[in-house]
Formats: sequence, C-alpha cells, structure tokens
Amino acid sequence: MREITYLEAVREALWQEMERDERVFIIGEDVGVYGGAFGVTLGLVEEFGEERVIDTPISEYGIAGAITGAALVGMRPVGEIMFMDFTTFAMEQLVNQAAKMRFMFGGTIEVPFVLRTPAGSGTGAAAQHSQSLEAWFVHVPGLKVVAPSTPYDAKGLLLASIRDDNPVIFVEHKLLYKIRGPVPEEAYTVPLGTAEVKRAGRDLTIVATSIMVKRSLEAAEQLAREGIEAEVVDPRTLKPLDEETLVRSVKKTGRVLIVHEACKTGGYGGELAAVIAGSEAFDYLDAPIVRLAGRDMPIPYNRNLEYHTVPQVEDIVEAARQLARGRV
Amino acid sequence: MSLNKPDLLRQMVTIRAFEEMAEQLYTLGKVHGTMHLSIGMEASAVGAIAALRPDDLILSTHRGHGHCIAKGADLNRMMAEFMGKENGYCRGRGGSMHIADVQGGNLGANGVVGGGIATAMGVGLGLKMRRRGDLAGFWKPARSADRVILCFFGDGAANLGPFHESLNMAAIWKLPVVYVCENNQYAMSFPVKKAFAIERISDRAAAYGIPGVTVDGNDLLAVYEAVSQAVERARAGEGPTLVENVTYRWRGHSKSDANRYRTREEIEAWKEKCPIKRFRQRLVEAGELTEEEAERIEQEAYAVIDAAVAFADASPEPALETIEEGVYA
Repeated sequence: MREITYLEAVREALWQEMERDERVFIIGEDVGVYGGAFGVTLGLVEEFGEERVIDTPISEYGIAGAITGAALVGMRPVGEIMFMDFTTFAMEQLVNQAAKMRFMFGGTIEVPFVLRTPAGSGTGAAAQHSQSLEAWFVHVPGLKVVAPSTPYDAKGLLLASIRDDNPVIFVEHKLLYKIRGPVPEEAYTVPLGTAEVKRAGRDLTIVATSIMVKRSLEAAEQLAREGIEAEVVDPRTLKPLDEETLVRSVKKTGRVLIVHEACKTGGYGGELAAVIAGSEAFDYLDAPIVRLAGRDMPIPYNRNLEYHTVPQVEDIVEAARQLARGRV
Repeated sequence: MSLNKPDLLRQMVTIRAFEEMAEQLYTLGKVHGTMHLSIGMEASAVGAIAALRPDDLILSTHRGHGHCIAKGADLNRMMAEFMGKENGYCRGRGGSMHIADVQGGNLGANGVVGGGIATAMGVGLGLKMRRRGDLAGFWKPARSADRVILCFFGDGAANLGPFHESLNMAAIWKLPVVYVCENNQYAMSFPVKKAFAIERISDRAAAYGIPGVTVDGNDLLAVYEAVSQAVERARAGEGPTLVENVTYRWRGHSKSDANRYRTREEIEAWKEKCPIKRFRQRLVEAGELTEEEAERIEQEAYAVIDAAVAFADASPEPALETIEEGVYA
C-alpha cells in the first residue's frame, strides 16, 4: 500500500468527502490560499473554490457559531481552529450551544459538524500554543472527541466524523503531521468508538492516545529487547470510548500503564483508569494502574525543559519496566 | 405582504395571556426553575416576525415566549413544555428557556445571553450556501432558496464579544441575517445608560458597514416596517441589518428580581406606553376593528391559554426510562 503522511491523510479525507458530498465545506483562519497554519488544507481552495473553503477573520467564537448554525440547516461543516489553545475562545458556543441543542430541543435537531484542531507540544511554541485540552471536551455530553495517532486512522476517522450526525472535536497532533504510514487511496471509515490494539503483547497493556501511541510503540520495541512484551492499545475515539477492547487487553496482561500528553490532574487518563478499575478487569490486575502524563504545568519554551514536560519514549520504557518487574 | 392587523393584535394578547398565566403557574408551584417574562415587549416580537415568511427562521432568547408564539407555535405543546411534559415541544427537557419549534422555524430560545447571535450568522451562512443550485436537492423537505434568519437578542447581549464576531462575519459575507436587538433598558439590573457610551445601539452597525435603525419597539407597525426592510435586504442577498427595538420589560429580569434598580414611577410611565393598548386603540380609531371585536379577540386569547393549561395539566410526565434520550443523534 502507498504511504502518505498524517497531514496528507487528513487533507485527502477532506478532499474526498467534499467531492462526494456538496454539503461539506471548510471554514477557519487562513485555510484558503495560505493552506492553514500547518498546510493541511493546502490546495483545497484551488479545487473547491472560496465558497467551500472559507477564510475567516480571527474570530474563533465566530467559527464555532458558523459551523453550529450551518449544521442546523443541513450543511456538514468542517471548522478549523488553528491551535487547540484557541478553542478557549469558542467554548461557549461549543459547550452551551452545539453540544446541548439536540438534547434541549427534545431530539428534534441535529448538529453535524467537525471541529479540527491541532494540539500538543514539541514545537517550541511555548505555553499558549502547545496545550492538549481534550479532557475538557470529553467532559461535555453531546460532543464526540476523536484523536487519531496514525495516517490510516486520521483519514478513516475524519471521514467517519464528517458523516456522523453529532458535533465532533477532531484533535490532531502537530508532531504527527509529518509521520508516514500506509493509507488506502479510496475512501473508507474507521467507526467512531472503536479502539485498536496497535501491538500485541502479554506482559502489560499500554493505553496511549495521540502522539503517545507512537512513542509507546517505540518504547515497546525497546522493551521487547529486554524480554518485556507490551500490548499497545489506542482508544482512537476518546468519546465514545470502546471500553471492551481495553478491558479485554487488561484481562490478558494484568498490568496497565496509561500514557497521555495532557497534564495528569484532571486528564483523560483518570477516566481510563477508573473505567478499567471499575470493570471485570479489576480482578485480573496484578499491580496498581499507573498513569504517565504531562506534568501539571504550562509548556515551557526552553527546548530541554519542554522535552521533559511531557512523556518521552524513555519515560514510557522506564515506567513499563517498573510495572512489569516481577512478571518477567 | 398585506397585514392581518386583527391577527397581530390577537398574537400580542396571546403572548400577554401566556405570560400572565406563566406567572400564576409559578406562584401556584406548578412549574419550577425560573422564567423571563416579556410583558410590555409584545410589539417587538409580533412586529418583527410579521415581516417574515412562514418558512423563514428565527433564533430567540431567554425572554422568548413572545417570539415562539408569534412564530406560530402550538400553544398546547408550548404550555406542555413550560410545564415539563413529555408532549411539550422539547419533551420537557428544555422548559421556558429552551423552547424550540424546529418545524415551525423557531431554532430555539437560549439560556445564555448572546448565545444565539453567532449561531444565527452560521445559519445565515448555511442558508446562503444552500442557494447554490447543486445543493437544492439536499433539502429535506424541499425549501425555497431565499429564506432568511432573524436573530433576537437584548441590549445586554450587544456588549458581548460574539455580537462583534457575528455581525462582522455576516457583513463581510453579506449573509441573510436580520439582527433584532430588543433594548428593554436593562441587562438584568444594569441600565443601558451606564452600559453604552453611545446614544443608540444601532449606531454600532456603522462599524460593520451595514444599516442600523432604531425604532419605537412598542409601536408594532414601526417595528414591522423597519424589520421588513431588513428582511427584504437580506433576502435580496445584500446582507444583514441591525434593528434596535426600544422597549421596556414591565416585570423583573427573572423571578429573583426585587426591582431595586428602578423606580415604580418609571415602570408605571412605561405601562402607559403599553404596546397592546396602543395598537388596539389605533385599529379601533382607524375603523379596522370595533370595540366589541377587539374585546372578543382578547377574551378568546385568554380562553386559548386556559385550554392550553388544561392540555398541559393532562399531559404525561416524561418516563424515567427515556432520561438519556436525545443526547446524541
């Protein structure tokens, strides 16, 4: 199969869905000729025109209003917020309006939009351009939250998200944009709410999200050389969560390490830990559930400090090694 | 469009009757939570919506009973929603602050001040995109292409950031949006005089390069004329307009309001400008309605509300098994 980057996979999904469905359009800051801050939408305006690839003023709340309102009258908008940090401007519209309309109105309306936004650190952009705020959105009933970790998932999950009849927050990771992987040329969907075992193993389960899936897979290779076989599970959709796949894996390995980039306190890992501890996998646990996450602090500018603020491959190796000790 | 003036009077009286009944039901303990009454502001709702076609859309506010009724809501289902019943417009999930009649073109009241202003811009964007021929086939059911969205909000909302983002985006893209600011003099307790350094809220339209007009919001025909022009402009693809209806709410902001920020004299002075009394008098004087006919319209409106309460009273409560329905599509 041909290989393309994560960024190209996102773009290809947008391209193919816009060709297939006239109701789909893109709206955001600098998404037109500029191609988006990271170049994801490059070339789309030339193909589909300014009517369907809409540059906006710097108005994040307005972008959220635009996709919410347009969705109410049957369009299927894909909004882009340039950095996840800037979703803070849009929160009222997303949380109070888009997420709740269907419920508040007794199920008489649908709000089918996708809000794409790049998250994460590692680019030297410091505290206001590096956050991972997905847990905020997970906490809001009515929203779905998706976080692909591979080019294949990026394309399939984005297509599934655009076709979903609910508001979906689609969290991309800046450091993943350039990674390559096999992606079918034709359109396909990865159903929302399906986790995937990215690597099979017997000694412990690493549940990782977004960029941490990639780092956990690298860590698993190192661990394998020490004789520790880690199973890496990627929820892919944070909400709804595929609990079954997680529980099955933990029942098999008896040990679980949860890894994400966002700050530990109040992070998604707490939810994952609680789900596992509250499931039938509890009886199979041979050790306490371990969470490895970003430090509870803003992302610093200095390269070395930034590096050590969020989990890296060696941190995952070390945490997994300690957890697996006694087992192998 | 020719106006059915007696019907507009009927609509205003119906709103008044609904809200007086709402107050009573609250006092009797038949509803819980809170409510925001638009008594004294009926001409703003009825005059503005009279300028729309039935297939046009509105977004409403927390003070939205009047908008809902003027848009043609079924009063039984509306009262049932107010009382939290399963056959209410929102199956009892929304209540006073979230009544939506989607089929009737009311995309919902809103519990958040200013929460609908940017949504309206998005609706306008969607409607404009829908004008393209290749999209016509996607309407379910088929709709005419030149619909507009009318967005109500209050003077308080005009000081929120979303007001700026929404009006600017609607202006640059010439979206079919009509912004109707119901200036009822107070954002809860904060008076317009203190909240704005400009005389007229509609002056802000100049900042977006769109027309802005201020009208006597208690004069139904003045509201109708101003909004009609705005609707015409929106429908013709020329973009949004900001209409300011200057009016007054007789009741407190909500049920917690002790009216400590204004005087009894001020309230009484505005009651003299009652939009219903004024319009009724006008119709009678012009010979468009006799006193007897006007009286009958009022009596019938109150009777309809009594019937709506009976309907709502007899309506079922939502079943507990359905509690989580409607969160996701």
